[in-house]
Amino acid sequence: MKVIYTDSLVIGGGLAGLRVAIASMQRGFDTIVLSLVPAKRSHSAAAQGGMQASLGATIKGDGDDEEIHFGDTVRGSDWGCDQDVARMFVNTAPKAIRQLSAWGVPWSRVRRGDREVVINGKKVTITEKNEAHGLITARDFGGTKKWRTCYTSDGAGHTMLYTMDNKAIQMGIPVHERKEAIALIHEDGVCYGAIVRDLITGELMAYVAKATTIATGGYGRLYAISTNAVISEGIGNAIALETGIATLGNMEAVQFHPTAIVPVGILTTEGCRGDGGLLLDKDGYRFMPDYEPDKKELASRDVVSRRMTEHMRKGKGVPSRYGDHLWLDITLLGRKHIEKNLREVKEICEYFLGIDPVEELIPVRPTQHYSMGGIRTKASGESPTLKGLFSAGEAACWDMHGFNRLGGNSVAETVVAGMIVGEYVADYCEQNPLNVSTSTIQHFMKQEEKKISDLLVRDFGENPFELKAAMQKIMMDKVGIFRNGEDLEQAVEDLKVLNQRAKKIALRNRISSSNPELVEAIRVPKMIKLALCVAYGAWLRTESRGAHSREDYLERNDRDWLKRTLTTWKDDSADLPEVSYEDLDIMKMEMPPGSRGYGVDNTVHHPDTARREQEIEEIKKANPGADRFELQQLLNPITIPEKFKGKNERIGRGFK
Amino acid sequence: MSDQERILKFQIFRYNPQKKGDKPRMVTYEVTEAPGMTIFIALNDIREHQDPSLQFDFVCRAGICGSCAMVVNGQPTLACRTLTSNYENGEIKLLPLPGFELIGDLSVNTGKFMRAMSERVESWIHDQNADKVNFEKLEERMDPDVADQIYELERCVECGCCVSACATKRMRPDFLSAVGFMRLARFALDPRDKRTDQEFYEIMGDDDGVFGCMTLLGCEDYCPKDLPHQTQIAYLRRKMVFVK
Ligand SMILES: Cc1cc2nc3c(=O)[nH]c(=O)nc-3n(C[C@H](O)[C@H](O)[C@H](O)COP(=O)(O)OP(=O)(O)OC[C@H]3O[C@@H](n4cnc5c(N)ncnc54)[C@H](O)[C@@H]3O)c2cc1C
Ligand code: SF4
Ligand code: SF4
Ligand code: FES
Repeated sequence: MKVIYTDSLVIGGGLAGLRVAIASMQRGFDTIVLSLVPAKRSHSAAAQGGMQASLGATIKGDGDDEEIHFGDTVRGSDWGCDQDVARMFVNTAPKAIRQLSAWGVPWSRVRRGDREVVINGKKVTITEKNEAHGLITARDFGGTKKWRTCYTSDGAGHTMLYTMDNKAIQMGIPVHERKEAIALIHEDGVCYGAIVRDLITGELMAYVAKATTIATGGYGRLYAISTNAVISEGIGNAIALETGIATLGNMEAVQFHPTAIVPVGILTTEGCRGDGGLLLDKDGYRFMPDYEPDKKELASRDVVSRRMTEHMRKGKGVPSRYGDHLWLDITLLGRKHIEKNLREVKEICEYFLGIDPVEELIPVRPTQHYSMGGIRTKASGESPTLKGLFSAGEAACWDMHGFNRLGGNSVAETVVAGMIVGEYVADYCEQNPLNVSTSTIQHFMKQEEKKISDLLVRDFGENPFELKAAMQKIMMDKVGIFRNGEDLEQAVEDLKVLNQRAKKIALRNRISSSNPELVEAIRVPKMIKLALCVAYGAWLRTESRGAHSREDYLERNDRDWLKRTLTTWKDDSADLPEVSYEDLDIMKMEMPPGSRGYGVDNTVHHPDTARREQEIEEIKKANPGADRFELQQLLNPITIPEKFKGKNERIGRGFK
Repeated sequence: MSDQERILKFQIFRYNPQKKGDKPRMVTYEVTEAPGMTIFIALNDIREHQDPSLQFDFVCRAGICGSCAMVVNGQPTLACRTLTSNYENGEIKLLPLPGFELIGDLSVNTGKFMRAMSERVESWIHDQNADKVNFEKLEERMDPDVADQIYELERCVECGCCVSACATKRMRPDFLSAVGFMRLARFALDPRDKRTDQEFYEIMGDDDGVFGCMTLLGCEDYCPKDLPHQTQIAYLRRKMVFVK
């Protein structure tokens, strides 16, 4: 049995994983990163739009600060997020971006003087301040009050990931590529690493560690059409679920992005609309102002996706052999802007659609895009139920996004969570000796060996590719943008059948070394379990909140549903996960539930909401001289690692 | 997108070094073309319906991550964004990218090569203060044009097309290659990187570095991100000539 020991094992080499690894290495702990692919190819590289941080350097971000970013994030989440975490996040994001700037990201900068931009379909001239020249600039994104999304032309994720990986290389952090974690090792409620399969040789190894962090990204590929990379299959979430101890949070919270190209589902960034692009229907009519007169194309993502779907259902979609779609029009932005700030979009249009978006309209449709749900963690990033297991990034339900995440808040989360969780991982390594018994390691190793050898000897059985396609179709058809009880119930029943069938997979290519069919056979049963968590959670949640939109329960119901779904899978032979709920305590909220300001407000309020509002008023009255920092301390005192406690400087207002 | 259905003929290099007794060979597969079909879609179709052992690497399938470079009808390119309709006679020959360790079939270990390249050129900002920077304060300013120029050179996706297209690399296994030059040019341009010309010289001032380059520009012809290899190699050369 090959065993590799380390202090901090990080599963995932995207932005979140690398940042956690850097933090634990900086604190002097032996650290290893595992990744399915070379770290720089992780899906983080695909983020084109940018990262939110309230720097307020561009004139259109003037006056921005942590409070406004916090408000946007909480409202965006439809009050489903953990406000402590959202607070830690907004306070740390400016530091994260400035650190990345020192480490090498060539963020696009403010240029003093006049420039022409497109706002609400019209060309407008804005004048950047002299004293902002050379500071990090920002663009507009959906659901934000200020221009807050910092970017590098069209390659924010790419430059962030390259810088992060380069930093890791500089520090000598080993990244073990083409390795897949397939099970966690745990004993008496403590996690001690993972069983890992080498995707080239097929060898199984035990990576034994004090602290284990899962940063494996999202589970978008549970759906047939997704903007996500083909490796975003949620295996990190699944191995946590399979412990029977760790919990997954809000798995039904799945985001659909308004503008992926038809039919392949490749994303065109929200930057297209942020920079002034419009949505048009089959008559060339701009329909969003009719639905959302205020934010129009730049309403929150879940809202725009639903409005587009509604509009297509009214017969206003453009028919095509792949079903209806709408148009994204960026022609009004002009060639120069597109070739610089939206070049990736242009390349995608040219290569995959054979069109030039400078002159032609882009066929788009809402498409699966982001997983708000994931491994439930405390604010420290540690699982509340399985000690020593941490999670960060899209894989986690750290829960700053609740039921809908804002564009630009995700890459920001990866680096901020990486910083904060990384410190707690290091603390954990400091405080806990590694004492796991060899027999436990052996037990998990044998278990995985047996699963694989069973697969390699079975003569007849199910085809893993077919099972996967069937699962993806169920999720597309029945667990999509608009959901209803009947479809969801059917989805759960259908997935249960697939779950049984997945126990009898047989291979055509029966070798244990590099073998794509075996990889599929290992992953598909795990993915079906995750799909069940999503569908079952969605069926049980009889309200509409953020991206979870029930046609049979239209209202957001704070009274009964202001709570987080927790899923565990204790009994491997069971057909369904166990579901429980965790209340969100309004009496601790800095911002009690209110209206997001889209469409009609039909919220069923919780009795605590009015109480808390009044309490906040009283606190404010009792502390008339309190500045925003003191007020936050009174309303939402958070613990944050010492390093990140300081205030953030901005031009024109210093540290105020 | 054309509507007519045709049968595509894929000739694919097959060899699994992990499998005892396996020998390199070309195997032909037929696939019914679908509108908008890319090589990514076709290869998955072959894997799912004809041969589940076929190895290849795709991650983003959108021309962004650099995973899927292979030789398509003689030209190194990103397979995921290559439409099958580009090939009029419907015959497509696929070979793994040369110049890299073969993992199996169309999969090569570019990751290992690129990590070694990054270590060799020390692909990071050299500044003792980078870790001590006070991130509560305003970030250091940068000229907007300089930031844009750095990004232009940082758009490399480490796909390896330039390496596979380089005649010098074929003769000199330790040749740094265009991807390494591009990375060096990116850091040489960056005011945050405090390395001196002398320090850059030590990395690339020999025949395995920029003086080994024969300027045949296979790199520039095949770079899927259209990076300006010619001008950057010339720039590095000029810079190095003045050292010593
Ligand atoms: C097309 C697209 C555009 C986006 N644009 C933006 C944007 O503009 N702004 C924004 O804020 N967000 C954006 N997002 C979202 C954002 O990019 C992601 O949420 C974020 O990058 C996820 O980072 P991560 O580190 O959590 O995971 P990833 O970057 O997905 O990394 C996951 C890592 O885990 C590894 N891994 C997975 N499973 C295993 C396993 N079993 N064993 C070992 N390793 C494993 C992978 O190899 C990889 O290294 C976008 C997303 C998409 C799909
Ligand atoms: S110019 Fe020619 S020799 Fe020089 S790096 Fe490019 S391909 Fe290689
Ligand atoms: S320089 Fe171009 S061809 Fe070479 S690795 Fe980078 S993107 Fe690929
Ligand atoms: S799969 Fe990412 S570039 Fe082709």
